Amino acid sequence: MRWTGQALPRSEDRYLLSGHGQFTADVARGAMSLVFVRSTIAKGTIRGIEAPAGAMVIKAADLGAVRPIRPLLHRPDYVAVSQPILPESEVSFVGQPLAAVIAPSRELAEDLADQVYVDIEQLEPVVDLDRALQSDAPSVHPSAPGNVLVEGKVETSGFAESMAAAMHVVEVELRSRRQNASPLEARGGVVVPDRRTGRLTLTASVQMPHMLRTGIADCLGMREADLRVIAPDVGGGFGQKMSLVPEYVLLVWAARRLNHPIAWIEDRRENLIAAFHSRDQRHRLRGGFDAEGRLLALEADIRCNVGAWSCYPVTCGVEPLMALAELPGPYDFRQYKIRSRGVTTNTCPMAPYRGVSRPAITLSLERLMDVAARRIGLDRSEIRRRNLIRQFPYKTVTGIVYDEGSYVQSLAAAEDAVDVAAFRALQESARKEGRYLGLGLSVFNERSGYGTPAFAARSMDITPGFERVIIGMDSSGSVELRIGASPHGQGLQQGLRQLVADELGLEPTDIRIIHGDTEHTPYGWGTFASRSMVISGGAAKLAAVKLNEKIRKSAAMLLQADPEQIELSDGHARLRAGSASVKLSELARACHHKSHQFGNDADSGLMAFATYDPPGTYSNACHAAVVEVDIETGRVKLLRFVAVEDAGILINPMLADGQIVGGIAQGIGNALLEEIVYDGDGNILTASLADYLPPTAREVPFVEIVHLETVTDASITGAKGLGEGGAIGAPAAVINAICDALTPFGIELFEMPATPERIRAAVRAAEERRS
Amino acid sequence: MTGKQPITLKVNDAEYRIDVEPRRTLADALRDDCGLTGTHLGCEHGICGACTVLVDNEPVRSCLMFAVQAQDCAISTVEGLARNGELHPLQEAFSKYHGLQCGFCTPGFLMLAIGAIKRNPGMNEEELLDVLSSNLCRCTGYQNIIAAVRSVLGRPL
Amino acid sequence: MKPAAFSYFAPKTLAEALEILARSGPDGRVLAGGQSLVPAMNFRLARPETLVDINRIPGLAEIRTVDGKLAIGALARHARFEQPVADGPLGVLLPKVARHIAHLPIRLRGTFAGSIAHADPASEWCTLAVGLDADIIVKSASLARTIPAGAFFKSIFSTDLNEDEMIVEVRLPHLGTNWHCGFEEFSRRAGDFAIVAALASLRIDHGQISDARIALGGVINRPVRSRQAESVLAGQKPGPELFREAARQAAEEFEPLGDIHGSAEYKSDLVAVMVRRALEQAAAS
Repeated sequence: MRWTGQALPRSEDRYLLSGHGQFTADVARGAMSLVFVRSTIAKGTIRGIEAPAGAMVIKAADLGAVRPIRPLLHRPDYVAVSQPILPESEVSFVGQPLAAVIAPSRELAEDLADQVYVDIEQLEPVVDLDRALQSDAPSVHPSAPGNVLVEGKVETSGFAESMAAAMHVVEVELRSRRQNASPLEARGGVVVPDRRTGRLTLTASVQMPHMLRTGIADCLGMREADLRVIAPDVGGGFGQKMSLVPEYVLLVWAARRLNHPIAWIEDRRENLIAAFHSRDQRHRLRGGFDAEGRLLALEADIRCNVGAWSCYPVTCGVEPLMALAELPGPYDFRQYKIRSRGVTTNTCPMAPYRGVSRPAITLSLERLMDVAARRIGLDRSEIRRRNLIRQFPYKTVTGIVYDEGSYVQSLAAAEDAVDVAAFRALQESARKEGRYLGLGLSVFNERSGYGTPAFAARSMDITPGFERVIIGMDSSGSVELRIGASPHGQGLQQGLRQLVADELGLEPTDIRIIHGDTEHTPYGWGTFASRSMVISGGAAKLAAVKLNEKIRKSAAMLLQADPEQIELSDGHARLRAGSASVKLSELARACHHKSHQFGNDADSGLMAFATYDPPGTYSNACHAAVVEVDIETGRVKLLRFVAVEDAGILINPMLADGQIVGGIAQGIGNALLEEIVYDGDGNILTASLADYLPPTAREVPFVEIVHLETVTDASITGAKGLGEGGAIGAPAAVINAICDALTPFGIELFEMPATPERIRAAVRAAEERRS
Repeated sequence: MTGKQPITLKVNDAEYRIDVEPRRTLADALRDDCGLTGTHLGCEHGICGACTVLVDNEPVRSCLMFAVQAQDCAISTVEGLARNGELHPLQEAFSKYHGLQCGFCTPGFLMLAIGAIKRNPGMNEEELLDVLSSNLCRCTGYQNIIAAVRSVLGRPL
Repeated sequence: MKPAAFSYFAPKTLAEALEILARSGPDGRVLAGGQSLVPAMNFRLARPETLVDINRIPGLAEIRTVDGKLAIGALARHARFEQPVADGPLGVLLPKVARHIAHLPIRLRGTFAGSIAHADPASEWCTLAVGLDADIIVKSASLARTIPAGAFFKSIFSTDLNEDEMIVEVRLPHLGTNWHCGFEEFSRRAGDFAIVAALASLRIDHGQISDARIALGGVINRPVRSRQAESVLAGQKPGPELFREAARQAAEEFEPLGDIHGSAEYKSDLVAVMVRRALEQAAAS
């Protein structure tokens, strides 16, 4: 394997570095500008919309038969709601698009949008998650009594008994506050109608171009074939760009109507207010432990604020139901009781954000472990060692099967890397100086690379999951892959090149990856859920194996040998024994231009096609964070961060590490800085980057990474997905570290972000308790 | 007086004669009027730094300047870094150290770093971190950006 | 987020600039660094109909000594102050404060005087101006006047400037070598707006504090001096107990304005800490 495992730079860097990237706004020249008039009121009834004379304004009444967005889960406890493209009368959240203004320039469109007057009769909104669950709360959707859109419950048969028999019952309540993925490029689309064919091309900053195409065509009642969707260079997604939104439907509708290119380029304020939010959750966990600190039974109540609508296609069930299914994490216990609800409020809708519910449930579970350890009198690592899964495959209490992982080993490796004993000595001497240092751990696994069976198990109406790859060698020996995945910074292209280069005896630079354009790629599910290297990689490998076979068959004819005697290496097809070989470029030319030499084999074309739809594979990691807490101000400084990661075979370790560090940075933001704040009327108070605070280089420490490698056959390349892991484990490590630092004060924190103010309030309360 | 006026912008040693309203920012003028879309808009309120360009060798946020202000200035954008098809050493370093993922913040970081290095070629580690905390990146976690810029300090640029 | 339309003028003389300001009334704004004004314009929170760009007026960027004071011209950018521009304690203090201001690209454009005119209560220079009793030299087409900093800042983003006036210079008293200053601020991330800022300036003669100025930013609707803290310090020997008490007094004196970045209670806590640390820094300098 010459290329797999090499830390090669990406071929796609060159044009991005030169400023020749093509992001959505870069292709908007000549297009008219569309600006949305968005609601400034969280709940109400539209009495009228007045537009300035002569302005091109689209309102709900203009849309006629355009269908709403209605994602479905086939579960009795799911209430389907239909999100209108533009509401006729009901307004459900601040930021909801109510009308659209089109003008020759963005400046003019904004001038006109300023003059659009929307008369709304205000009604009482409900904003807070728990308020929405109260019996006298305003109703967000008449079809959803009690404001619950989805509810999942599980109870194993021996639960009650097991919990009753537990020696120690530990309860924690956790608050995870609302996040906005905040990709540096906000959303946007440019639609260009083709006057020749009547088709439309939508270039949009999205993660799932094929799904978007189907979804828009469905809403508009148009033929899918008449719409082309291109995801060009995309400036980050993190899940925020994987859903079908009214904005894109309207944009295509408008361009069709006007028969002119139109662009909607979302700005940062819009993105903070109206682009999907995530992780606004409350958890209550109860763990029943035996005398030795073994977890026997886990009970949980999970409430997720899913906002005013359900995201398409994964639905608003994605957060609560993932929490339900995956809360057990890496721990071995057999009794489980959980109720998990998706609660609707008059706030911006929820969609997945890197890790989805897992950053929050990992925080809850890892806090539970630390609190239990303290209660029972066990070392925090020891309680984990006693409970981490060691035997694989392991079937969880929710029926998910984990392939082999290195949970215990990752903990050991992290402790080793951090040198716990040395840290404790340092912590002790620092305390004498009045300085508070802490070490926090989090052990977790990451579900990745799962195909349609997993999505079907969630009863989704639309089951994403497979990936297809079309591979071909051209007449000069270069190889082209057309993939349905849609990388947006992860470096999948480089990874696939390396993988395929190994299969075909080529160099990575001989291979081109075509992605993002529905015109040129097989139907696929884009890039999200840590899936692309596993699934698209798997399909690429299968396709490359098929192409390898075809190449060897053709080479065998030329070399007059048995295909089994031929191998591909260094750009040649060569006989294993002896020196006979043929350059692949020459072979390819012959296959195309002298195809008569290869007989009448209908299969002699150098093309192949493969699909991969795996059950899923679990990577795992342990994070260790060292912090210093300034008890006077509540400021947390991250001194060290260690990540021990096991994602099987790393096709390109440099790119894998990039995903780990990037995820950890977002996890640190989640733990310490980022929070979307609403007031009681449903207005967003954090509508600029001066108020919503992603971390800068000063807030992210150098991340020390150690790799373990557990290879399973759940992924045919041996690679496991790891894109979300950094975001999943980091918050727990950081918050646990803060609590460790504040042990002398007896402070336990159960909220993120753990802002300086919240930490200071906890210290103040502890100081008051003391005196 | 609010309407379009003809101005000339000198960008990367070339002259662009454009007609812009006074309210057109330098960022938008570069992108839409000069066709230099390498400079990106991430926030339009001066916080993310994706729009950073050099104006008279100083790194500035082009979303906070109006194009009409930038006449008579020497403007450098990311498109001007590579010479004769050869990447600038800092661009090479970004690729070598995997200092970019989606690439959206990258032009801003490149121009920020080059401007800061011009100003203070002998930057120490603290100063480097200070400078690089000026811009936001959502993908990389900064580690590799820092490594890339650090690797060119002390070399002629 | 594009600004509303405006008429743009780039006069070459101060007189011309003032003339335009006089004509444009309440809808005319001065454009210097633009690092505060332009974001507000992009959000359409500010919609001046006339923008007077003073960047082409020669002679406005000077920093010099006039009548024993450091005279800072309207176009002196924040970055100028990263290196000492004066001798003595003032020269040492200004770079300490400057490095808290935002980030390099903003410091290269934004101006000292612009911060004063913008009057964000958390602004470092505004806090400094109040702490050191700065004089704000202001001109209109018809009038020139000097406003002491204590009277200049009225409320959030609101000053004593009339709509046809602009700041031409800010004067800071040079500090004798018996002055000792410290500056501390608390912000969420590197370069963010201060939640609370404290400037402590002590004149120490024969081991005793003969004059004390404690200025606070970000606490109420304008930068303000803590008279209670100052009176605790006056005539005393510097020391940790004294500083703790002075800081406590400063925290008690004001009812802070709470917002999403800091509740009133939290800000009070921060006042005590920042004042104490600023005093410790001053004593150590």
